[in-house]
Amino acid sequence: MPKKLRRYGPPLLLISPSLILIGVFVYALIIANFRTSLTDITTAPQTTGLAPHRIVWFENYINLFKSDAFQHSLKNLILYTVTFLVGTMFLGFLWAWLLEKRDRFEGIFRTVFLFPMAVSSVAAGVIWRWLLNSNQGTRASGLNRLFQLLHLDFLQNNWWNNNSIGIMAIAMAAIWQLSGYVMALFLAGFRGIPDELREAARVDGASEWKLYRHVLFPQLSPVALSALIIIGHMSLKAFDLIVSISKPANYQTKVPAVDMYIFKSQYYYASAAAVGVILLAFVLVLIVPYLVRMTKREK
Amino acid sequence: MSESVTLYDPAPAVRRRRGKGFNWARLLRYLLLLFFLIVVLIPVYVLVITSFKENATASQAWFLPENWSLENWKSAWMGFKGLPAIGPALGRTVGMVVPAAIISSFLGSMNGFVLSRWRIPYSNVIFTLILFGMFIPYQSVMVPLYQIVHGLGLPPGTPSLIFLHVVYGIPITTLIFRNYYESIPNELIESSRVDGAGMLKTYSRVVLPLSVPSFVVVLIWQFTSAWNDFLFALFFSSGNNGPVTLALYSMAGGSMLQDYGASMAAAIMSSLPTLLVYILLGKYFVGGLMSGSVKG
Repeated sequence: MPKKLRRYGPPLLLISPSLILIGVFVYALIIANFRTSLTDITTAPQTTGLAPHRIVWFENYINLFKSDAFQHSLKNLILYTVTFLVGTMFLGFLWAWLLEKRDRFEGIFRTVFLFPMAVSSVAAGVIWRWLLNSNQGTRASGLNRLFQLLHLDFLQNNWWNNNSIGIMAIAMAAIWQLSGYVMALFLAGFRGIPDELREAARVDGASEWKLYRHVLFPQLSPVALSALIIIGHMSLKAFDLIVSISKPANYQTKVPAVDMYIFKSQYYYASAAAVGVILLAFVLVLIVPYLVRMTKREK
Repeated sequence: MSESVTLYDPAPAVRRRRGKGFNWARLLRYLLLLFFLIVVLIPVYVLVITSFKENATASQAWFLPENWSLENWKSAWMGFKGLPAIGPALGRTVGMVVPAAIISSFLGSMNGFVLSRWRIPYSNVIFTLILFGMFIPYQSVMVPLYQIVHGLGLPPGTPSLIFLHVVYGIPITTLIFRNYYESIPNELIESSRVDGAGMLKTYSRVVLPLSVPSFVVVLIWQFTSAWNDFLFALFFSSGNNGPVTLALYSMAGGSMLQDYGASMAAAIMSSLPTLLVYILLGKYFVGGLMSGSVKG
Protein backbone atom coordinates (compact mmCIF):
# COMPACT_ATOMS: atom_id res chain seq x y z
CA MET A 1 0.00 0.00 0.00
CA PRO A 2 2.66 2.63 0.88
CA LYS A 3 4.40 1.82 -2.39
CA LYS A 4 1.20 2.42 -4.32
CA LEU A 5 0.63 5.60 -2.39
CA ARG A 6 4.11 6.82 -3.23
CA ARG A 7 3.52 5.97 -6.88
CA TYR A 8 0.03 7.36 -7.37
CA GLY A 9 -0.16 9.90 -4.54
CA PRO A 10 1.74 12.79 -6.15
CA PRO A 11 0.04 12.63 -9.59
CA LEU A 12 -3.38 12.40 -7.97
CA LEU A 13 -2.48 15.35 -5.76
CA LEU A 14 -1.42 17.33 -8.82
CA ILE A 15 -4.73 16.85 -10.61
CA SER A 16 -6.93 16.92 -7.51
CA PRO A 17 -7.80 20.64 -7.76
CA SER A 18 -9.16 20.06 -11.26
CA LEU A 19 -10.93 16.86 -10.26
CA ILE A 20 -12.63 18.57 -7.34
CA LEU A 21 -13.64 21.58 -9.43
CA ILE A 22 -15.06 19.43 -12.23
CA GLY A 23 -16.73 17.12 -9.71
CA VAL A 24 -18.46 20.03 -8.01
CA PHE A 25 -19.12 22.43 -10.87
CA VAL A 26 -20.13 19.89 -13.48
CA TYR A 27 -21.47 16.76 -11.82
CA ALA A 28 -22.73 18.01 -8.45
CA LEU A 29 -24.34 21.03 -10.05
CA ILE A 30 -26.11 18.91 -12.65
CA ILE A 31 -27.62 16.92 -9.78
CA ALA A 32 -28.44 20.08 -7.81
CA ASN A 33 -30.06 21.57 -10.88
CA PHE A 34 -32.12 18.43 -11.42
CA ARG A 35 -33.31 18.64 -7.84
CA THR A 36 -34.30 22.30 -8.24
CA SER A 37 -36.29 21.33 -11.33
CA LEU A 38 -38.44 19.08 -9.13
CA THR A 39 -39.35 21.85 -6.67
CA ASP A 40 -41.83 24.71 -6.66
CA ILE A 41 -39.24 27.50 -6.36
CA THR A 42 -40.98 30.37 -8.14
CA THR A 43 -40.55 33.38 -5.83
CA ALA A 44 -37.56 35.47 -4.79
CA PRO A 45 -37.61 34.45 -1.08
CA GLN A 46 -37.63 30.78 -2.07
CA THR A 47 -34.53 31.22 -4.24
CA THR A 48 -32.46 32.28 -1.23
CA GLY A 49 -34.01 29.78 1.16
CA LEU A 50 -35.90 32.42 3.17
CA ALA A 51 -39.21 30.80 2.28
CA PRO A 52 -39.77 27.04 2.26
CA HIS A 53 -40.21 25.05 -0.92
CA ARG A 54 -41.55 21.58 -1.59
CA ILE A 55 -40.98 18.82 -4.11
CA VAL A 56 -43.57 18.71 -6.88
CA TRP A 57 -41.78 16.00 -8.89
CA PHE A 58 -42.29 16.35 -12.63
CA GLU A 59 -44.99 19.01 -12.53
CA ASN A 60 -42.69 21.67 -14.01
CA TYR A 61 -41.81 19.43 -16.93
CA ILE A 62 -45.45 18.58 -17.58
CA ASN A 63 -46.43 22.25 -17.49
CA LEU A 64 -43.58 23.18 -19.81
CA PHE A 65 -44.39 20.58 -22.43
CA LYS A 66 -48.09 21.46 -22.25
CA SER A 67 -47.53 25.19 -22.77
CA ASP A 68 -47.79 26.64 -26.26
CA ALA A 69 -44.92 29.00 -25.52
CA PHE A 70 -42.47 26.20 -24.78
CA GLN A 71 -43.67 24.13 -27.70
CA HIS A 72 -42.97 27.17 -29.84
CA SER A 73 -39.42 27.25 -28.42
CA LEU A 74 -38.88 23.57 -29.19
CA LYS A 75 -40.19 24.00 -32.72
CA ASN A 76 -37.85 26.96 -33.17
CA LEU A 77 -34.94 24.92 -31.86
CA ILE A 78 -35.63 22.18 -34.42
CA LEU A 79 -35.94 24.67 -37.29
CA TYR A 80 -32.80 26.47 -36.19
CA THR A 81 -30.81 23.25 -35.85
CA VAL A 82 -31.88 21.87 -39.22
CA THR A 83 -31.18 25.13 -41.08
CA PHE A 84 -27.88 25.62 -39.32
CA LEU A 85 -26.73 22.04 -39.89
CA VAL A 86 -27.67 21.94 -43.56
CA GLY A 87 -26.14 25.37 -44.22
CA THR A 88 -22.84 24.87 -42.42
CA MET A 89 -22.32 21.33 -43.70
CA PHE A 90 -23.04 22.34 -47.29
CA LEU A 91 -20.91 25.50 -47.31
CA GLY A 92 -18.16 24.02 -45.17
CA PHE A 93 -17.83 21.01 -47.42
CA LEU A 94 -18.01 23.05 -50.62
CA TRP A 95 -15.35 25.49 -49.45
CA ALA A 96 -13.04 22.69 -48.35
CA TRP A 97 -13.48 20.98 -51.71
CA LEU A 98 -12.75 24.19 -53.60
CA LEU A 99 -9.63 24.83 -51.52
CA GLU A 100 -8.42 21.27 -51.35
CA LYS A 101 -6.28 21.63 -54.49
CA ARG A 102 -3.85 24.01 -52.80
CA ASP A 103 -4.35 26.63 -55.49
CA ARG A 104 -2.69 30.00 -55.21
CA PHE A 105 -4.24 32.36 -52.62
CA GLU A 106 -5.67 29.40 -50.73
CA GLY A 107 -4.46 30.94 -47.46
CA ILE A 108 -6.35 34.19 -48.05
CA PHE A 109 -9.64 32.44 -48.78
CA ARG A 110 -9.21 30.14 -45.81
CA THR A 111 -8.42 33.01 -43.47
CA VAL A 112 -11.45 35.00 -44.61
CA PHE A 113 -13.86 32.07 -44.45
CA LEU A 114 -12.79 31.24 -40.92
CA PHE A 115 -12.53 34.76 -39.49
CA PRO A 116 -16.17 35.09 -38.28
CA MET A 117 -15.35 32.43 -35.69
CA ALA A 118 -12.88 34.76 -34.01
CA VAL A 119 -15.57 37.41 -33.54
CA SER A 120 -17.97 37.28 -30.59
CA SER A 121 -21.58 36.38 -31.30
CA VAL A 122 -22.59 39.68 -29.75
CA ALA A 123 -20.51 41.64 -32.26
CA ALA A 124 -21.84 39.45 -35.08
CA GLY A 125 -25.31 40.10 -33.71
CA VAL A 126 -24.84 43.87 -34.02
CA ILE A 127 -24.24 43.58 -37.76
CA TRP A 128 -26.86 40.93 -38.44
CA ARG A 129 -29.47 42.80 -36.43
CA TRP A 130 -28.96 45.59 -38.93
CA LEU A 131 -28.78 43.34 -41.99
CA LEU A 132 -31.95 41.50 -40.98
CA ASN A 133 -33.93 44.66 -40.27
CA SER A 134 -37.56 43.91 -41.15
CA ASN A 135 -38.46 47.39 -42.43
CA GLN A 136 -39.43 47.50 -46.09
CA GLY A 137 -40.29 50.07 -48.76
CA THR A 138 -39.02 53.58 -48.07
CA ARG A 139 -37.88 52.67 -44.55
CA ALA A 140 -35.91 49.62 -45.66
CA SER A 141 -32.33 49.18 -44.56
CA GLY A 142 -30.02 46.20 -44.35
CA LEU A 143 -30.55 43.33 -46.75
CA ASN A 144 -34.00 44.57 -47.74
CA ARG A 145 -32.44 47.83 -48.95
CA LEU A 146 -29.76 45.89 -50.79
CA PHE A 147 -32.47 43.91 -52.59
CA GLN A 148 -34.10 47.20 -53.64
CA LEU A 149 -30.80 48.50 -54.99
CA LEU A 150 -30.35 45.28 -56.96
CA HIS A 151 -33.96 45.55 -58.27
CA LEU A 152 -34.87 42.36 -56.47
CA ASP A 153 -37.64 44.02 -54.43
CA PHE A 154 -39.72 40.86 -54.30
CA LEU A 155 -37.07 39.26 -52.08
CA GLN A 156 -37.72 41.76 -49.27
CA ASN A 157 -39.13 40.09 -46.20
CA ASN A 158 -39.59 40.31 -42.45
CA TRP A 159 -36.53 38.18 -41.65
CA TRP A 160 -36.49 37.22 -37.97
CA ASN A 161 -39.70 39.17 -37.35
CA ASN A 162 -41.85 36.22 -38.43
CA ASN A 163 -43.56 34.00 -35.92
CA SER A 164 -43.30 30.70 -37.74
CA ILE A 165 -39.94 30.71 -39.56
CA GLY A 166 -38.20 33.86 -38.27
CA ILE A 167 -35.64 31.75 -36.44
CA MET A 168 -34.27 30.59 -39.80
CA ALA A 169 -33.09 34.15 -40.47
CA ILE A 170 -30.98 33.97 -37.33
CA ALA A 171 -29.67 30.58 -38.43
CA MET A 172 -28.35 32.41 -41.53
CA ALA A 173 -26.15 34.53 -39.27
CA ALA A 174 -25.01 31.37 -37.47
CA ILE A 175 -24.15 29.79 -40.82
CA TRP A 176 -22.04 32.85 -41.62
CA GLN A 177 -20.25 32.42 -38.31
CA LEU A 178 -19.53 28.70 -38.36
CA SER A 179 -19.27 27.43 -41.95
CA GLY A 180 -15.57 28.27 -41.84
CA TYR A 181 -15.16 25.93 -38.90
CA VAL A 182 -16.73 23.04 -40.79
CA MET A 183 -14.50 23.94 -43.73
CA ALA A 184 -11.43 23.67 -41.50
CA LEU A 185 -12.58 20.23 -40.32
CA PHE A 186 -13.15 18.95 -43.86
CA LEU A 187 -9.95 20.52 -45.14
CA ALA A 188 -8.00 18.70 -42.43
CA GLY A 189 -9.84 15.56 -43.53
CA PHE A 190 -8.82 16.04 -47.16
CA ARG A 191 -5.23 16.69 -46.15
CA GLY A 192 -5.20 13.56 -44.03
CA ILE A 193 -5.88 11.31 -47.04
CA PRO A 194 -2.61 9.73 -48.17
CA ASP A 195 -1.47 10.87 -51.62
CA GLU A 196 -0.95 7.24 -52.64
CA LEU A 197 -4.72 6.79 -52.75
CA ARG A 198 -5.09 9.53 -55.37
CA GLU A 199 -2.16 8.29 -57.36
CA ALA A 200 -3.45 4.73 -57.35
CA ALA A 201 -6.87 5.86 -58.57
CA ARG A 202 -5.28 7.97 -61.33
CA VAL A 203 -3.14 5.07 -62.46
CA ASP A 204 -6.31 2.99 -62.66
CA GLY A 205 -7.63 5.64 -65.06
CA ALA A 206 -10.33 7.10 -62.79
CA SER A 207 -11.70 10.46 -63.94
CA GLU A 208 -11.40 13.45 -61.61
CA TRP A 209 -15.07 13.18 -60.61
CA LYS A 210 -14.85 9.43 -60.02
CA LEU A 211 -11.74 9.96 -57.94
CA TYR A 212 -13.69 12.24 -55.63
CA ARG A 213 -16.93 10.33 -55.66
CA HIS A 214 -15.54 6.84 -55.03
CA VAL A 215 -12.15 7.39 -53.41
CA LEU A 216 -11.90 10.69 -51.55
CA PHE A 217 -15.44 11.47 -50.32
CA PRO A 218 -15.89 8.12 -48.55
CA GLN A 219 -12.69 8.83 -46.62
CA LEU A 220 -14.35 11.92 -45.17
CA SER A 221 -17.34 10.26 -43.54
CA PRO A 222 -15.79 10.15 -40.04
CA VAL A 223 -15.03 13.87 -40.34
CA ALA A 224 -18.60 14.53 -41.45
CA LEU A 225 -19.93 12.65 -38.44
CA SER A 226 -17.73 14.63 -36.04
CA ALA A 227 -18.76 17.87 -37.68
CA LEU A 228 -22.45 16.95 -37.41
CA ILE A 229 -22.12 16.16 -33.72
CA ILE A 230 -20.13 19.28 -32.88
CA ILE A 231 -22.33 21.63 -34.90
CA GLY A 232 -25.46 19.90 -33.62
CA HIS A 233 -24.51 20.36 -30.01
CA MET A 234 -23.51 23.98 -30.60
CA SER A 235 -26.91 24.55 -32.10
CA LEU A 236 -28.68 23.20 -29.01
CA LYS A 237 -26.73 25.67 -26.86
CA ALA A 238 -27.35 28.65 -29.17
CA PHE A 239 -28.16 31.74 -27.16
CA ASP A 240 -25.74 34.66 -27.64
CA LEU A 241 -26.44 35.21 -31.31
CA ILE A 242 -30.21 34.84 -30.97
CA VAL A 243 -30.59 37.36 -28.16
CA SER A 244 -28.13 39.75 -29.81
CA ILE A 245 -30.13 39.85 -33.02
CA SER A 246 -33.70 39.79 -31.78
CA LYS A 247 -33.51 40.40 -27.97
CA PRO A 248 -34.77 37.89 -25.37
CA ALA A 249 -38.25 39.37 -25.05
CA ASN A 250 -39.13 38.58 -28.67
CA TYR A 251 -41.49 35.64 -28.83
CA GLN A 252 -40.81 35.04 -32.55
CA THR A 253 -37.29 33.71 -32.13
CA LYS A 254 -37.16 32.26 -28.64
CA VAL A 255 -35.57 28.86 -28.01
CA PRO A 256 -35.26 26.88 -24.75
CA ALA A 257 -31.95 28.57 -23.84
CA VAL A 258 -33.72 31.94 -24.03
CA ASP A 259 -36.62 30.64 -21.92
CA MET A 260 -34.11 29.53 -19.31
CA TYR A 261 -32.67 33.05 -19.06
CA ILE A 262 -36.12 34.64 -18.78
CA PHE A 263 -37.37 32.16 -16.17
CA LYS A 264 -34.21 32.70 -14.14
CA SER A 265 -34.54 36.48 -14.20
CA GLN A 266 -38.19 36.22 -13.08
CA TYR A 267 -37.24 33.96 -10.13
CA TYR A 268 -38.94 30.94 -11.72
CA TYR A 269 -35.89 28.90 -10.73
CA ALA A 270 -37.78 25.61 -10.92
CA SER A 271 -38.78 26.11 -14.56
CA ALA A 272 -35.36 27.53 -15.43
CA ALA A 273 -33.74 24.39 -13.99
CA ALA A 274 -36.19 22.13 -15.84
CA VAL A 275 -35.33 23.78 -19.16
CA GLY A 276 -31.65 23.23 -18.32
CA VAL A 277 -32.28 19.53 -17.72
CA ILE A 278 -34.15 19.22 -21.01
CA LEU A 279 -31.28 20.87 -22.92
CA LEU A 280 -28.78 18.62 -21.18
CA ALA A 281 -30.80 15.57 -22.18
CA PHE A 282 -30.70 16.62 -25.84
CA VAL A 283 -26.94 17.13 -25.68
CA LEU A 284 -26.39 13.79 -23.94
CA VAL A 285 -28.08 11.93 -26.78
CA LEU A 286 -25.51 13.40 -29.16
CA ILE A 287 -22.39 13.44 -27.03
CA VAL A 288 -22.36 10.27 -24.95
CA PRO A 289 -22.08 7.83 -27.90
CA TYR A 290 -19.35 10.09 -29.28
CA LEU A 291 -17.35 10.10 -26.04
CA VAL A 292 -17.75 6.35 -25.56
CA ARG A 293 -16.60 5.68 -29.11
CA MET A 294 -13.61 7.92 -28.57
CA THR A 295 -12.58 6.30 -25.30
CA LYS A 296 -12.83 2.83 -26.83
CA ARG A 297 -10.69 3.80 -29.77
CA GLU A 298 -7.98 5.21 -27.49
CA LYS A 299 -7.52 1.87 -25.75
CA MET B 1 -2.61 18.38 -32.99
CA SER B 2 -1.68 16.62 -36.13
CA GLU B 3 -4.76 17.84 -38.01
CA SER B 4 -3.80 21.47 -37.66
CA VAL B 5 -0.32 20.72 -38.85
CA THR B 6 -1.54 19.05 -42.01
CA LEU B 7 -4.03 21.86 -42.56
CA TYR B 8 -1.27 24.41 -42.61
CA ASP B 9 1.42 22.42 -44.30
CA PRO B 10 2.04 24.30 -47.55
CA ALA B 11 3.71 21.23 -49.12
CA PRO B 12 4.72 22.91 -52.37
CA ALA B 13 5.92 19.59 -53.75
CA VAL B 14 2.39 18.22 -53.85
CA ARG B 15 0.75 21.26 -55.43
CA ARG B 16 -1.32 19.69 -58.12
CA ARG B 17 -2.03 20.77 -61.65
CA ARG B 18 0.05 23.89 -61.67
CA GLY B 19 1.24 25.64 -64.79
CA LYS B 20 -0.64 23.42 -67.19
CA GLY B 21 -1.92 26.47 -69.03
CA PHE B 22 -5.55 27.54 -69.00
CA ASN B 23 -7.85 25.35 -67.00
CA TRP B 24 -11.65 25.78 -66.95
CA ALA B 25 -12.09 23.88 -63.70
CA ARG B 26 -9.65 26.15 -61.95
CA LEU B 27 -11.33 29.28 -63.30
CA LEU B 28 -14.69 28.04 -62.03
CA ARG B 29 -13.18 27.32 -58.64
CA TYR B 30 -11.77 30.81 -58.38
CA LEU B 31 -15.04 32.42 -59.46
CA LEU B 32 -16.97 30.49 -56.82
CA LEU B 33 -14.38 31.25 -54.16
CA LEU B 34 -14.44 34.93 -55.04
CA PHE B 35 -18.23 35.00 -54.84
CA PHE B 36 -18.18 33.43 -51.35
CA LEU B 37 -15.36 35.73 -50.28
CA ILE B 38 -17.54 38.74 -51.12
CA VAL B 39 -20.59 37.27 -49.37
CA VAL B 40 -18.60 36.55 -46.20
CA LEU B 41 -17.12 40.05 -46.21
CA ILE B 42 -20.40 41.94 -46.78
CA PRO B 43 -21.10 42.28 -43.04
CA VAL B 44 -17.60 43.69 -42.54
CA TYR B 45 -18.15 46.30 -45.24
CA VAL B 46 -21.41 47.40 -43.60
CA LEU B 47 -19.81 47.49 -40.18
CA VAL B 48 -16.92 49.68 -41.26
CA ILE B 49 -18.84 52.19 -43.38
CA THR B 50 -21.69 52.60 -40.90
CA SER B 51 -19.29 53.22 -38.03
CA PHE B 52 -17.90 56.26 -39.87
CA LYS B 53 -21.26 57.79 -40.81
CA GLU B 54 -22.59 60.71 -38.83
CA ASN B 55 -26.29 60.44 -39.57
CA ALA B 56 -26.93 57.08 -41.11
CA THR B 57 -30.08 57.30 -43.22
CA ALA B 58 -31.71 54.10 -44.38
CA SER B 59 -31.65 54.95 -48.09
CA GLN B 60 -27.91 55.63 -48.05
CA ALA B 61 -27.24 52.50 -46.06
CA TRP B 62 -25.07 50.63 -48.57
CA PHE B 63 -23.02 53.60 -49.82
CA LEU B 64 -19.77 54.99 -48.53
CA PRO B 65 -20.14 57.86 -46.04
CA GLU B 66 -20.23 61.38 -47.54
CA ASN B 67 -18.17 62.75 -44.68
CA TRP B 68 -16.06 60.28 -42.79
CA SER B 69 -16.64 61.07 -39.13
CA LEU B 70 -15.18 59.76 -35.90
CA GLU B 71 -18.25 60.82 -33.88
CA ASN B 72 -19.55 57.26 -33.44
CA TRP B 73 -16.18 55.98 -32.34
CA LYS B 74 -15.97 58.73 -29.74
CA SER B 75 -19.41 58.17 -28.33
CA ALA B 76 -18.94 54.39 -28.22
CA TRP B 77 -15.62 54.76 -26.41
CA MET B 78 -16.94 57.27 -23.86
CA GLY B 79 -20.47 55.85 -23.55
CA PHE B 80 -23.63 57.78 -24.30
CA LYS B 81 -27.23 58.11 -23.04
CA GLY B 82 -26.10 56.48 -19.82
CA LEU B 83 -25.02 53.31 -21.64
CA PRO B 84 -21.82 51.61 -20.49
CA ALA B 85 -18.72 52.92 -22.26
CA ILE B 86 -16.60 50.57 -24.35
CA GLY B 87 -13.24 52.07 -23.30
CA PRO B 88 -13.30 51.04 -19.62
CA ALA B 89 -15.07 47.78 -20.50
CA LEU B 90 -12.13 46.85 -22.74
CA GLY B 91 -9.78 47.46 -19.82
CA ARG B 92 -11.89 45.26 -17.52
CA THR B 93 -12.00 42.52 -20.14
CA VAL B 94 -8.21 42.44 -20.42
CA GLY B 95 -7.95 42.27 -16.62
CA MET B 96 -10.35 39.32 -16.60
CA VAL B 97 -9.18 37.37 -19.64
CA VAL B 98 -5.41 37.40 -19.05
CA PRO B 99 -5.39 35.84 -15.57
CA ALA B 100 -8.13 33.40 -16.57
CA ALA B 101 -6.14 32.21 -19.58
CA ILE B 102 -2.88 31.85 -17.62
CA ILE B 103 -4.38 29.97 -14.68
CA SER B 104 -6.35 27.55 -16.84
CA SER B 105 -3.30 26.87 -19.01
CA PHE B 106 -1.30 25.72 -16.02
CA LEU B 107 -4.13 23.56 -14.70
CA GLY B 108 -4.56 22.02 -18.14
CA SER B 109 -0.84 21.36 -18.45
CA MET B 110 -0.67 19.55 -15.11
CA ASN B 111 -3.73 17.45 -15.90
CA GLY B 112 -2.52 16.67 -19.39
CA PHE B 113 0.85 15.54 -18.08
CA VAL B 114 -0.57 13.27 -15.41
CA LEU B 115 -3.25 11.78 -17.66
CA SER B 116 -0.93 11.03 -20.57
CA ARG B 117 2.54 10.37 -19.25
CA TRP B 118 2.32 9.50 -15.59
CA ARG B 119 0.00 6.56 -15.89
CA ILE B 120 -2.48 6.32 -13.08
CA PRO B 121 -5.24 3.72 -12.91
CA TYR B 122 -8.36 4.56 -14.91
CA SER B 123 -6.73 7.59 -16.49
CA ASN B 124 -8.87 7.13 -19.62
CA VAL B 125 -12.05 7.15 -17.59
CA ILE B 126 -10.94 10.18 -15.60
CA PHE B 127 -10.07 11.95 -18.83
CA THR B 128 -13.46 11.23 -20.39
CA LEU B 129 -15.24 12.41 -17.24
CA ILE B 130 -13.29 15.68 -17.38
CA LEU B 131 -13.88 16.05 -21.10
CA PHE B 132 -17.63 15.71 -20.65
CA GLY B 133 -17.63 19.13 -18.94
CA MET B 134 -16.79 20.72 -22.26
CA PHE B 135 -20.00 19.63 -23.91
CA ILE B 136 -22.64 20.39 -21.30
CA PRO B 137 -24.93 23.32 -21.99
CA TYR B 138 -24.15 25.77 -19.19
CA GLN B 139 -27.88 26.37 -18.90
CA SER B 140 -28.06 22.97 -17.22
CA VAL B 141 -25.94 24.14 -14.26
CA MET B 142 -26.70 27.86 -14.29
CA VAL B 143 -29.33 28.06 -11.54
CA PRO B 144 -27.32 26.30 -8.80
CA LEU B 145 -24.11 27.86 -10.15
CA TYR B 146 -25.60 31.30 -9.64
CA GLN B 147 -26.58 30.38 -6.07
CA ILE B 148 -23.19 28.84 -5.25
CA VAL B 149 -21.11 31.71 -6.67
CA HIS B 150 -23.19 34.18 -4.66
CA GLY B 151 -23.02 31.89 -1.65
CA LEU B 152 -19.21 31.81 -1.84
CA GLY B 153 -19.27 35.59 -1.69
CA LEU B 154 -17.37 36.01 -4.96
CA PRO B 155 -17.96 39.60 -6.11
CA PRO B 156 -19.78 39.85 -9.45
CA GLY B 157 -17.73 41.01 -12.42
CA THR B 158 -14.06 40.21 -12.89
CA PRO B 159 -13.47 37.85 -9.88
CA SER B 160 -16.52 35.67 -10.61
CA LEU B 161 -15.77 35.54 -14.31
CA ILE B 162 -12.10 34.61 -13.84
CA PHE B 163 -13.18 31.78 -11.57
CA LEU B 164 -15.82 30.51 -14.02
CA HIS B 165 -13.55 30.63 -17.07
CA VAL B 166 -10.87 28.74 -15.15
CA VAL B 167 -13.29 26.04 -13.98
CA TYR B 168 -15.07 25.50 -17.28
CA GLY B 169 -11.81 25.84 -19.20
CA ILE B 170 -10.34 22.74 -17.53
CA PRO B 171 -11.74 20.21 -20.06
CA ILE B 172 -10.47 21.87 -23.24
CA THR B 173 -7.08 22.83 -21.80
CA THR B 174 -6.59 19.30 -20.43
CA LEU B 175 -7.52 17.87 -23.82
CA ILE B 176 -5.07 20.01 -25.79
CA PHE B 177 -2.17 19.37 -23.42
CA ARG B 178 -2.88 15.66 -23.13
CA ASN B 179 -2.89 15.21 -26.89
CA TYR B 180 0.34 17.15 -27.14
CA TYR B 181 2.12 15.23 -24.38
CA GLU B 182 1.17 11.93 -25.98
CA SER B 183 3.57 12.93 -28.76
CA ILE B 184 6.53 13.41 -26.40
CA PRO B 185 8.77 10.33 -26.58
CA ASN B 186 8.37 8.16 -23.51
CA GLU B 187 12.14 7.68 -23.27
CA LEU B 188 12.58 11.31 -22.27
CA ILE B 189 10.34 10.85 -19.29
CA GLU B 190 11.66 7.40 -18.43
CA SER B 191 15.27 8.56 -18.46
CA SER B 192 14.41 11.40 -16.13
CA ARG B 193 12.70 8.86 -13.88
CA VAL B 194 15.73 6.59 -13.96
CA ASP B 195 17.87 9.53 -12.91
CA GLY B 196 15.80 9.52 -9.77
CA ALA B 197 13.74 12.59 -10.52
CA GLY B 198 10.30 12.66 -8.93
CA MET B 199 7.14 13.56 -10.74
CA LEU B 200 7.32 17.28 -10.05
CA LYS B 201 10.93 17.44 -11.14
CA THR B 202 10.20 15.53 -14.34
CA TYR B 203 7.30 17.86 -15.02
CA SER B 204 9.17 21.08 -14.39
CA ARG B 205 12.55 20.11 -15.91
CA VAL B 206 11.57 17.90 -18.84
CA VAL B 207 7.95 18.41 -19.77
CA LEU B 208 7.33 22.09 -19.10
CA PRO B 209 10.18 23.38 -21.30
CA LEU B 210 8.80 21.28 -24.18
CA SER B 211 5.30 22.65 -23.73
CA VAL B 212 5.72 26.10 -25.25
CA PRO B 213 3.80 25.40 -28.48
CA SER B 214 0.78 24.00 -26.70
CA PHE B 215 0.88 26.79 -24.16
CA VAL B 216 0.54 29.20 -27.07
CA VAL B 217 -2.42 27.25 -28.47
CA VAL B 218 -4.16 27.02 -25.10
CA LEU B 219 -3.50 30.63 -24.11
CA ILE B 220 -4.91 31.85 -27.41
CA TRP B 221 -7.89 29.56 -27.18
CA GLN B 222 -8.77 30.56 -23.64
CA PHE B 223 -8.12 34.22 -24.40
CA THR B 224 -10.49 34.14 -27.36
CA SER B 225 -13.27 32.16 -25.74
CA ALA B 226 -13.21 34.16 -22.51
CA TRP B 227 -13.07 37.40 -24.49
CA ASN B 228 -16.05 36.43 -26.62
CA ASP B 229 -18.06 34.91 -23.78
CA PHE B 230 -21.47 36.41 -23.26
CA LEU B 231 -23.48 33.85 -21.27
CA PHE B 232 -21.42 34.00 -18.05
CA ALA B 233 -21.05 37.76 -18.45
CA LEU B 234 -24.83 38.13 -18.59
CA PHE B 235 -25.45 36.09 -15.45
CA PHE B 236 -22.44 37.10 -13.37
CA SER B 237 -21.72 40.76 -14.11
CA SER B 238 -23.46 44.01 -14.98
CA GLY B 239 -22.86 47.00 -17.25
CA ASN B 240 -20.50 48.79 -14.88
CA ASN B 241 -18.34 45.80 -13.89
CA GLY B 242 -18.79 43.43 -16.84
CA PRO B 243 -16.72 42.67 -19.92
CA VAL B 244 -16.95 44.31 -23.31
CA THR B 245 -19.49 41.85 -24.77
CA LEU B 246 -22.01 42.92 -22.14
CA ALA B 247 -21.35 46.63 -22.76
CA LEU B 248 -21.74 46.06 -26.49
CA TYR B 249 -24.95 44.13 -25.92
CA SER B 250 -26.58 46.93 -23.95
CA MET B 251 -25.37 49.53 -26.44
CA ALA B 252 -26.81 47.59 -29.39
CA GLY B 253 -30.25 47.00 -27.97
CA GLY B 254 -30.74 49.35 -25.05
CA SER B 255 -32.87 52.02 -26.61
CA MET B 256 -35.73 52.03 -29.06
CA LEU B 257 -34.04 54.39 -31.47
CA GLN B 258 -30.86 52.47 -31.97
CA ASP B 259 -27.69 54.32 -32.61
CA TYR B 260 -26.42 51.87 -35.17
CA GLY B 261 -23.33 53.87 -35.99
CA ALA B 262 -22.05 53.87 -32.42
CA SER B 263 -22.87 50.23 -31.78
CA MET B 264 -21.06 49.25 -34.98
CA ALA B 265 -18.00 51.26 -33.93
CA ALA B 266 -18.25 49.49 -30.57
CA ALA B 267 -18.51 46.11 -32.29
CA ILE B 268 -15.28 46.79 -34.20
CA MET B 269 -13.45 47.95 -31.08
CA SER B 270 -14.56 44.94 -29.08
CA SER B 271 -13.50 42.52 -31.83
CA LEU B 272 -10.11 44.00 -32.68
CA PRO B 273 -8.09 42.15 -30.00
CA THR B 274 -9.36 38.69 -30.96
CA LEU B 275 -9.17 39.49 -34.67
CA LEU B 276 -5.55 40.62 -34.30
CA VAL B 277 -4.72 37.41 -32.49
CA TYR B 278 -6.47 35.43 -35.21
CA ILE B 279 -4.66 37.19 -38.04
CA LEU B 280 -1.22 37.19 -36.43
CA LEU B 281 -1.35 33.77 -34.78
CA GLY B 282 -3.94 32.03 -36.95
CA LYS B 283 -2.03 28.77 -36.98
CA TYR B 284 -2.31 28.39 -33.21
CA PHE B 285 -5.93 29.51 -33.21
CA VAL B 286 -6.79 26.75 -35.66
CA GLY B 287 -4.81 24.33 -33.52
CA GLY B 288 -7.17 24.98 -30.62
CA LEU B 289 -10.18 24.82 -32.89
CA MET B 290 -9.21 21.43 -34.25
CA SER B 291 -8.58 19.90 -30.86
CA GLY B 292 -12.12 20.83 -29.88
CA SER B 293 -13.25 18.30 -32.44
CA VAL B 294 -11.35 15.56 -30.63
CA LYS B 295 -10.77 12.76 -33.12
CA GLY B 296 -12.90 11.83 -36.09
